[in-house]
Amino acid sequence: MTPLSALLVRDMRIAVRVGGGALIGVLFFLVVVTLTPFAIGPDLALLKRIGPAILWLAALLASLLALDRLFASDHEDGSLDLIVTGRAPLELVVAAKGLAHWLTTAVPLVIAAPLLGLFLGIDEGAQAGVVLTLLVGTPALTFIGLIGAAIAVTLRRGGLLVAIIVLPLTVPVLIFGVAAANAAVAGPVPFGTPFTVLCALTLASLVIGPFAAAAALRLDSE
Amino acid sequence: MRVAELANPSRFLRAASLTIPWLGGATVLLFAIAIYRAVLAPDDYQQGATVKIMFLHVPSAWLGMLCWALMTVAALGTLVWRHPLADVAAKAAAPLGAAFTLLCLVTGSLWGRPEWGTYWVWDARLTSELILFLLYLGVIALWRTVEDTSRAARAVAILTLVGAVDLPIIKFSVDWWNTLHQGASVFRLGGSTIHPTILVPLLLMAAAFTLLFVTLLLAAMRNEILRRRVRTLRLLQASAVG
Repeated sequence: MTPLSALLVRDMRIAVRVGGGALIGVLFFLVVVTLTPFAIGPDLALLKRIGPAILWLAALLASLLALDRLFASDHEDGSLDLIVTGRAPLELVVAAKGLAHWLTTAVPLVIAAPLLGLFLGIDEGAQAGVVLTLLVGTPALTFIGLIGAAIAVTLRRGGLLVAIIVLPLTVPVLIFGVAAANAAVAGPVPFGTPFTVLCALTLASLVIGPFAAAAALRLDSE
Repeated sequence: MRVAELANPSRFLRAASLTIPWLGGATVLLFAIAIYRAVLAPDDYQQGATVKIMFLHVPSAWLGMLCWALMTVAALGTLVWRHPLADVAAKAAAPLGAAFTLLCLVTGSLWGRPEWGTYWVWDARLTSELILFLLYLGVIALWRTVEDTSRAARAVAILTLVGAVDLPIIKFSVDWWNTLHQGASVFRLGGSTIHPTILVPLLLMAAAFTLLFVTLLLAAMRNEILRRRVRTLRLLQASAVG
């Protein structure tokens, strides 16, 4: 097994075992979406109109939940030092950790999304489009979050600050994610236009995130 | 004295205390001229006297973005060249940038009430400007969370570089999306669309704002260097006692 796939498997094992954060994200997602109709009333027409926005907002907040522990827990038990001094390029290592985090926290959430879409009165036909936007958009959220997670190692404490730092950077993803999901549900804008921009944002963050996070980790370990 | 020699904090302090009074004087003088010209500028045929808000709004918007651009250069200085004054400049610039951005948002919303009929709309440029303000607050919060200055400097530098993505979004937001905010009118291909009677005071005001920014930045950098020295002396004193 190469170092990268070993790290991927290790991170996923840690996430699904006791104390890991794999299912917390999807539970949080369920609770937030369930709470929304209590807050705004069980008006299905209204819920249908704002449903994609609720799903996206809940996904954004859920993806931030376990993020501040991503590197911090490795830092505490010393494994981060081994990872940083290892032979595998740090950028790829960071990307592998991000991928493991996405697979364990965001993918369950994407799988749960159709059920919650049903609760929010989104039509069966539009479900696929909404789920597709979440599937394509959540890697961007995770990989932008990597930067905050790496900075959190420097902070020692103050995991909440990570959310404050990361959330403004996720605004473009949120805008185009919700725009594409809305286009899938209601039109009148074609689905493809915001969706391709969302894909572009994800691709860009797949590059920027690991490099910035690796830089932060490297500077911290000096 | 060559510019490179200013990297030495002591030399910088000497140069700063020499130049700050002159810059301050020049700022006051330029503001006097600019405000005089701005007051004498004719009212707009549509906007009436509210057009004068633009003399505050436009320069503070420019300065808010210029300040982040400067912080981006300082971030490169911290990460790449390890320049000793880069993180001092970045730390001193953040509150100034936040203040200019806030001024831009407040004046814009005061102007928007009579002209657009609302204090706030979620339009591309207003939203991206608000995000810039939030980014400034995040940077300031980061500076205030990490105790070790050099650690904080590196974390802030990375955040600044990533946040610099917002600058082009603000600049081109009025071109990319259909928004309520007007398009570029001062610096554009084919010349400015603003009449000289308004344009000249506006540019004077922008120059005055820039001088104010430079003066405040130098003063804040001087304070930061002195603050660090006080801290080091106190630590030395504490360790000598203990």
